[in-house]
Amino acid sequence: MLIGACLFAAGLYMVLTKSNAIQVLIGIEFIINAGVINLVAFGKYDRYHNSGQIFALFAIVLAAAATAVALAIILNVYRRFKTIDPGKIDELKD
Amino acid sequence: MEQGIFIFLGLTTVASAWFVAASQNLVRSVFMFFVTLFAVAGLYVFALADFVAVTQIVIYVGGVLVLMLFTFMLSSKETLEKLEESRHPVFTLKQFPALLVAAAFLIVLVNAIFKLKPDQLGWILQATNNTFRPQDNTVTNIGTNLMTTFLLPFEAISILLMMALIGAAHLARKERSFD
Repeated sequence: MLIGACLFAAGLYMVLTKSNAIQVLIGIEFIINAGVINLVAFGKYDRYHNSGQIFALFAIVLAAAATAVALAIILNVYRRFKTIDPGKIDELKD
Repeated sequence: MEQGIFIFLGLTTVASAWFVAASQNLVRSVFMFFVTLFAVAGLYVFALADFVAVTQIVIYVGGVLVLMLFTFMLSSKETLEKLEESRHPVFTLKQFPALLVAAAFLIVLVNAIFKLKPDQLGWILQATNNTFRPQDNTVTNIGTNLMTTFLLPFEAISILLMMALIGAAHLARKERSFD
């Protein structure tokens, strides 16, 4: 759990500081992984229903889906703005 | 011995995660992300969740990271060079508030964990014969439970995954009206 907390803090720091959308995405992955570590750690105490591990699997699948969509969005944004710095993208629709 | 391996994996996870966070070089940080994910998979094995560990390796290392590598190889070379030349010291004033927020969160979480004393929670103490044993066959049990108790979340997440795939393909498609 302590490792999960450290990973969460690292992810949060990355999300807040990075000037590159892909690195922000990696930070989000760290946050998700921190949550999954906790699910698995407590899932150890549920041998008959496996709820911890099963929801850890669901969380991993959700993270993968979110990454796929986010990377598609990043590609699109790059094509439109020629940059992937979230601080420089300041208009919603032309 | 086991304790040593566990501590080693934990330290690897945390250290490589902080390296990823502190590194300015995108390529280097993505490759350190590999290391973090492998170490996390090792930690899952220590929590006797081998199936989750294998899934982690297959999905993250096989899928997500390849996707990330593709994305930044597709984005043109100039951006990568521009990213690399804009390196500044590891901690600048701009990053200070974020560092503060992250440190505060870390302190709060660590404090909460120590106050909670996870080893002495009631339901964990009661679960002595409900704990995983290393010789258990978890995959069979997970499969059975996935198809009986957790069937509704399973179906929901499969539909959501399909929607995400279609949406990602739709978003990444080349549109002619862009320029």
